[in-house]
Amino acid sequence: MNKELVLGAEAIAVAAIDEGISGVYAYPGTPSTEITEYIQKSPDARKNNVHSTWSTNEKTAYEAALGMSYAGKRSLVCMKHVGLNVAADAFINSAITGVNGGLVVVVADDPSMHSSQNEQDTRFYGKFAYLPLFEPSNQQGTYDCVRFAFNFSEQVKLPVLLRITTRLSHSRAAVERKAQTSQNMLNPETDKKKWILLPAIARQRYAGLLNKQDDLVAFSEKSPYNFVVNGKGKKGIIAFGIAYNYVMEIIQEFALEIPVLKISQYPLPKQLIKTFHDQYDTILVAEEGYPVYEELLRGYFDNQKISGRLDGTLPRTGELSPDIIAKALGVKIPQKQQEAEVPGRPPRLCDGCSHRDLFEALNAALSENESKHVFSDIGCYTLGALPPYNAINTCVDMGASVTMAKGAADAGLRPAVAVIGDSTFTHSGITGLLDAVNDHSPVTIIISDNDTTAMTGGQDSAGTGKFFKICNGIGVEEEHIRSIVPLKKNLEENVRILKEEFAYNGVSVILANRECVQTAARKKRKSKNNE
Amino acid sequence: MNKNIILAGVGGQGILTLAAVIDHAAMQSGLQIKQAEVHGMSQRGGAVQSHLRISDQNIYSDLIPLGKADLIVSLEPLEALRYLPYLSENGVIITATEPVKNIPDYPEEADILNKIKSSGHKYLLVDAGKIARLAGNPKTENVVMVGVLSDFVGIEKAQFEKSLKEMFSAKGEKIVALNLKAFNLGYEHAQQ
Ligand SMILES: Cc1ncc(C[n+]2csc(CCOP(=O)(O)OP(=O)(O)O)c2C)c(N)n1
Ligand code: SF4
Repeated sequence: MNKELVLGAEAIAVAAIDEGISGVYAYPGTPSTEITEYIQKSPDARKNNVHSTWSTNEKTAYEAALGMSYAGKRSLVCMKHVGLNVAADAFINSAITGVNGGLVVVVADDPSMHSSQNEQDTRFYGKFAYLPLFEPSNQQGTYDCVRFAFNFSEQVKLPVLLRITTRLSHSRAAVERKAQTSQNMLNPETDKKKWILLPAIARQRYAGLLNKQDDLVAFSEKSPYNFVVNGKGKKGIIAFGIAYNYVMEIIQEFALEIPVLKISQYPLPKQLIKTFHDQYDTILVAEEGYPVYEELLRGYFDNQKISGRLDGTLPRTGELSPDIIAKALGVKIPQKQQEAEVPGRPPRLCDGCSHRDLFEALNAALSENESKHVFSDIGCYTLGALPPYNAINTCVDMGASVTMAKGAADAGLRPAVAVIGDSTFTHSGITGLLDAVNDHSPVTIIISDNDTTAMTGGQDSAGTGKFFKICNGIGVEEEHIRSIVPLKKNLEENVRILKEEFAYNGVSVILANRECVQTAARKKRKSKNNE
Repeated sequence: MNKNIILAGVGGQGILTLAAVIDHAAMQSGLQIKQAEVHGMSQRGGAVQSHLRISDQNIYSDLIPLGKADLIVSLEPLEALRYLPYLSENGVIITATEPVKNIPDYPEEADILNKIKSSGHKYLLVDAGKIARLAGNPKTENVVMVGVLSDFVGIEKAQFEKSLKEMFSAKGEKIVALNLKAFNLGYEHAQQ
């Protein structure tokens, strides 16, 4: 069979297509975006009518995937780690309903926060929901694991989690595909009780979920993804997920003979761990992410055999690396050369970006105000926090700009200004705006609409062309929905309009619309290539 | 056979295409590859890098350990300096010399080049922009750099040419010819 060179994220996509999914549901988010993008471009997926258009947010994505599973077909849902917070209600409850068609939930964590607000560890969610979770460490393993996971999901009748991290998602290697499976037939659920989580039913379903836990552990004990690499000596390593790569790299490089227990399927295989644990005097626990299982293995009485992130053997936060593992194992890493003093080169807004002109106008409009508080949100425009603009005061979670401005306005802050991107607004801003309308809160919500979801690479944005109607439809008065075009030549006019709306004692929306220059350039290249 | 290469540059310079050509050539030569790249936030004009590992054996880590890189290939001189701690004792620095000055504290160019020259490593400074213009299109800078580095990675020159042909064939014969020219000019530059 032919080998394909793919990203870890793409290995998931290829496997899901080969395993007969009928749809992928997702909202973009680094490092998970490439999964859905691969399926959108795949001729195989197109031929088989696999649904792949973007969802408005992770919750809508999750519920649609669950609906497809209800109908008997296989579905994939993908998000970045913080996306699972948004989908958490559906997610936790889907563990109680269980599934019909196979449902695989891919969550991409971002330790070291390369492109995120936090480094939360999805394995906590796995435990929280009592669901099985896979954590592969290389691209071929990821492919195999996803194929396995769909069947496993149908076997145990539960959603199955697949956790990857940035490094695996964005690293390429060759993957060998195996024979394709065809899609499930439409076969909707017939059990009327399973999916109606009224308390009386939910209690039964929950008991059923708890009853499955022993079976899930038994599967983990026998799993091909959990195994021991033999060695010698009194020290052992338990390596979870991608940490295995770094451990094996150092073991190979320095010809160490340390035994390793690799864990890639959860819940933990208790017996496998106990047998390994009891054989050695000390155990290094290497986890990519939070010390979720180190904490468990240490226990309340702090098992002294265990070392890892909690005693400083490994750093408490951030991504692991071969160098970190080498240090923890006490091997001498080559003399680090004197580090040249190199100034940092942080990301920045592109030249010609519409957000630039908006921030310029916003700063000018606020220049005479003593109180300058701009609540902002997540997207390219968050870079307005950096010089030369220093234009925003907050960035917390998607949609928070609108609601935080509202709360601050309720507290008496004037003007209360929010800057939110178009995709972020449809993701989670609309409901907050409705709150503001219902309360007549004096806020000015600026939607910096660049016709795309730029931060994650320029995906379609759910509200393009609909913002006036959306805002007007939920009750923002027509006179206070103002359109501006963020361009240098319009600076004066834009400043005037902003000032007028800051002075208005009610809800106003500024629609600041100009296409992202990167998206425009990409479209141009595409149409040129098609000529 | 075992090569660890750090590819460096500024978001938007095209190091992913550069990486893709080496990946393709390595794979066609029957070698194993792991190539970790940067997507997301930093691609907005920030520092970007890719760890590219080629071997005839199993590769575990997606990241190159410190002090284990055989080669730093940078599309920008300041970015070449950023990853020096990764370079092995006998490692080589290959960098394009045209700076991208999108930060206020960008150092003096002469200082950067001096630091590279006095790093104790073999180095190759390439005016890739000039060579690319000579080839016929300034955007072929990254392919020029493929030509320059091709001799350092243990893959046949003919394989690189084959890979370029395959990868650019969809864009027409003219583009294939342009890229082959850029590649060969880069290759010749490295020979001198
Ligand atoms: C819950 C959640 N989902 C996804 C993301 C990833 N993400 C960050 S910014 C962004 C896109 C923002 O697009 P838009 O609001 O249109 O702003 P732009 O980048 O286009 O300026 C996405 C998808 C996130 N941070 N949090
Ligand atoms: S990608 Fe688009 S929105 Fe993002 S900084 Fe560049 S021009 Fe602005």
